Amino acid sequence: MKVIVNVQLKNGVLDPQGKAVHHALGSLGFNSVNDVRIGKQILLDVAGTDAEAAKEEVTKMCEELLANTVIEDYTIELA
Amino acid sequence: MKVAVVVFPGTNCEVDTKHAYETLGQEVELVWHKEERLPQEVDLVVLPGGFSYGDYLRSAAIAKFSPIMKEVQSHAKKGGYVLGICNGFQMLLEMGLLPGAMKRNANVHFVSKYHHLKVENSTNQFLRHLTSGQIINIPIAHGEGNYFIDEAGLTSLRANNQILLTYCDAQGNPQNPNGSVANIAGICNEAKNVFGLMPHPERAIEALLGSKDGRAMLEGFVA
Repeated sequence: MKVIVNVQLKNGVLDPQGKAVHHALGSLGFNSVNDVRIGKQILLDVAGTDAEAAKEEVTKMCEELLANTVIEDYTIELA
Repeated sequence: MKVAVVVFPGTNCEVDTKHAYETLGQEVELVWHKEERLPQEVDLVVLPGGFSYGDYLRSAAIAKFSPIMKEVQSHAKKGGYVLGICNGFQMLLEMGLLPGAMKRNANVHFVSKYHHLKVENSTNQFLRHLTSGQIINIPIAHGEGNYFIDEAGLTSLRANNQILLTYCDAQGNPQNPNGSVANIAGICNEAKNVFGLMPHPERAIEALLGSKDGRAMLEGFVA
């Protein structure tokens, strides 16, 4: 089962990478961009067929390792 | 005093740290992260700088699962001294032994240079040989030293005198190399036995190297 985890800095937490890329886009003339936030996507291939069980387990993985919940939010999607 | 310096794959400051404490006449043991026991009667555990596990995922995110870290946790919980330098500071945050989290530097550059620091509070073991308000000069070298803590957390750090060091210029005016909240360069826990800082005191113990301002810090733990 493919599981997609998206990890993103929380709203209100300044994203230095996003700011740098936003600035670079502006330099290239892309002035329509209001804001840039950069996160990471983690693709997991999880054994088993029970979607709920997988989601529960991946939630634990996010809380323990994949995200730092002090500054990051995460979403879990089953592909 | 017995010092244990924990070594992870990717650590690169363990020898400097060992050398620094040996220069101060202390007994130092390097401890591989796979070990399950700290040396007997260890007084101070140092988590040194480097790039544990290549800093994959996030700085220091993976190091907290190393077998030795259970021991480091319980050493800290029992009131034993723990010092985290740079990557070690990031570990202490990831482990929850210190509050807050670390982000990429605000300018997204790796910063490596001498930087002035202001001693904010010297009523603790680590900084007891320095005085509050003193300006010192110590190298920094990091890409993720942008310390973050929320407003409530910052208030509580201030209330308990847990902010130890802030970044400044030679005159003591705030000067921030990485975007850290309140210019924070180092903090301690509420019980004042766990210390973390981004600058490298172990690289500033001999005038030959440009500064020996780090020596007084490391001596703080020496009885």
